[in-house]
Amino acid sequence: MADVTLRKVVKKYDDVEAVRGIDLDIADHEFVVLVGPSGCGKSTTLRMIAGLEDITDGDIMIGGDVVNDVPPKDRDIAMVFQNYALYPHMTVAENMSFGLRLKRYPKAEIKTRIDEAARMLDIVELVDRKPKQLSGGQRQRVAMGRAIVRNPKVFLFDEPLSNLDAKLRVQMRIEIKKVHQKVRTTTVYVTHDQVEAMTLADRVVVMNHGRIEQIGTPNELYHKPATKFVASFIGSPAMNFIPCRLEEAGGKLHIRITDRLAFPLPPKRAARYQGVSRTDKLLLGLRPEHITEASPHAEPGVENFDAVLDVTEPMGMETLIYFPIDGTQVCGRVNPNAGAQDGAPLRLAVDLNNMHLLNEVSGAVI
Amino acid sequence: MTSTVVIDKAAPTRPVKLRSMSRDRTWALRWSYFFLTLFAVFALVPPLYMVITSLKTSAEISAATNPWWVYHPTLSNYVELLTSNQFLTFFRNSALVSIFVVTITMLISVPAAFALARMRFWGSATLATGVFLTYLIPETLLFLPLFKMFVAFGDLTGIQLINKWYVLLVIYPTLTVPFCTWIMIGYFASIPKELDEAAIIDGASWFQTLTRIFIPVALPGLIAATIFAFTVSWAQFLYPLVFTTSTDQLVLPVGIVTTLIKGDVFAWGQIMTGALLGAAPPLIIYAFLMDYYIAGLTAGATKG
Repeated sequence: MADVTLRKVVKKYDDVEAVRGIDLDIADHEFVVLVGPSGCGKSTTLRMIAGLEDITDGDIMIGGDVVNDVPPKDRDIAMVFQNYALYPHMTVAENMSFGLRLKRYPKAEIKTRIDEAARMLDIVELVDRKPKQLSGGQRQRVAMGRAIVRNPKVFLFDEPLSNLDAKLRVQMRIEIKKVHQKVRTTTVYVTHDQVEAMTLADRVVVMNHGRIEQIGTPNELYHKPATKFVASFIGSPAMNFIPCRLEEAGGKLHIRITDRLAFPLPPKRAARYQGVSRTDKLLLGLRPEHITEASPHAEPGVENFDAVLDVTEPMGMETLIYFPIDGTQVCGRVNPNAGAQDGAPLRLAVDLNNMHLLNEVSGAVI
Repeated sequence: MTSTVVIDKAAPTRPVKLRSMSRDRTWALRWSYFFLTLFAVFALVPPLYMVITSLKTSAEISAATNPWWVYHPTLSNYVELLTSNQFLTFFRNSALVSIFVVTITMLISVPAAFALARMRFWGSATLATGVFLTYLIPETLLFLPLFKMFVAFGDLTGIQLINKWYVLLVIYPTLTVPFCTWIMIGYFASIPKELDEAAIIDGASWFQTLTRIFIPVALPGLIAATIFAFTVSWAQFLYPLVFTTSTDQLVLPVGIVTTLIKGDVFAWGQIMTGALLGAAPPLIIYAFLMDYYIAGLTAGATKG
């Protein structure tokens, strides 16, 4: 087991920069998820850690050793691929033991490890089958088993659940988390699914255009996003961004959204945004759960307003509502009993204690 | 009201295509059987004629009787050929040449295809196309320069290759290697890239990846290439005709033609028998390997 460090890692394909200088420290035993839209460089980064891609510039260290020029087999890593990449002509046991057999491990040792991994992954009765006799979920378990028996320093997962259907994905997600709780191997996991990232990770690395946007625990990313990209990427439904500006009214700082709609800021927020220019074009970032039906009891920092709903989406435990504010579609979450109906007006409350203020031009969270 | 009446009248007269799908299928089946029969007749009549003629004596062959019927069946042609040392020598030469050529071809083209398909070196794509292009040059264009080359080689080194059966081991691969390499490139390219990446991470060298992953997975392709190489070397006529002349160095196709046709005398019975016996090995090999040939071993490697 070991830590993984990336120092100013760059990957260029001819003239295209896929990864533009990444710094990342992954601690021993840590489960780190790289997440981002397709083409953001997350898979390339993982493949560079694996040694399947050369790095153009920078350093990659595993367990303190620079591995830039070390071939994959000597990096002591194991990788799980999106399409499983099982050897079709070998049985499950042969698939899992291939690496150990190449390294000439004693037969008894190989058997012990296979048994152990098979038990952990609940595939004991499958060990004599060929991959084509297995379902997608079983194949993915075998692929994980192949990684586990190697007992490597680092596990690398490249979108391992993308080929599974939604229900199985949730199940395998829990399975992966359980495995990590048992073996505690340092893990780097790539996905484009922010839910997967949030649920699995100790820390999430959000990437975009070959750069790291933000590194943090799932909660940090959700509650304190550093940029508009992170704010919009993490969370579903996505955060609302409403054009606004700051203005002084009656000695208090207000956030003005439209000519008719402005909210006084709670004292803490007002203090924080005091230095922001009153002429700057800003965005008010609000998560849907912070726009709810108005409650009869006034709470500090919660302001009420009226809206006419466009569309409602009953989800069971909550109802998603969509309404326009000055041309921007805004999503909120209300209680199913709040009486939200398509095309009907509803009195809503906005919780400004949880608001975000972003610079519209730079996208930075203020 | 009028319009309703019209519709009422029109509805029952509209042709109702009941079971139209199955009718289409029935016709498709009839047509396919018609053409299958046509081609089967086309392909099977010559061998049938060969069998009939091989069972006749020379006298019966030249007699003006029904050529499609054997009145006095005899195995004398078979006995004569199979007991003649000459014919057995041809057979042995053909077998040796084919086995060696298949081996040489596979030893060259499988690693070559692997390198061209997977090892992504500078110019590999161009080289792959180049390999195939060499296959397009007809042998009728090549046999004269090749002959001159072997003469020059003999003059230079004193090693005389012409008129030795093993000269064919050098020549046939010029036909088989490019094509087999091309087939294998196609097969190897269809193997998902993650499979060799998984092998590399598991600690396999390129050679181990080839022998332990690629060759077993691409076995159907390998067998297709083997069958091709065997067929080419077994049936090759022009090159052995040019490069070998002594009776003890001839391969089967050339041997039959040169020894059983004496001037304008054709030993038809024996020619037909020899051709039949010569066609047997490829037939047997096809029959045995067909299952492998068809089997899709790559199923289950990745999703789907």
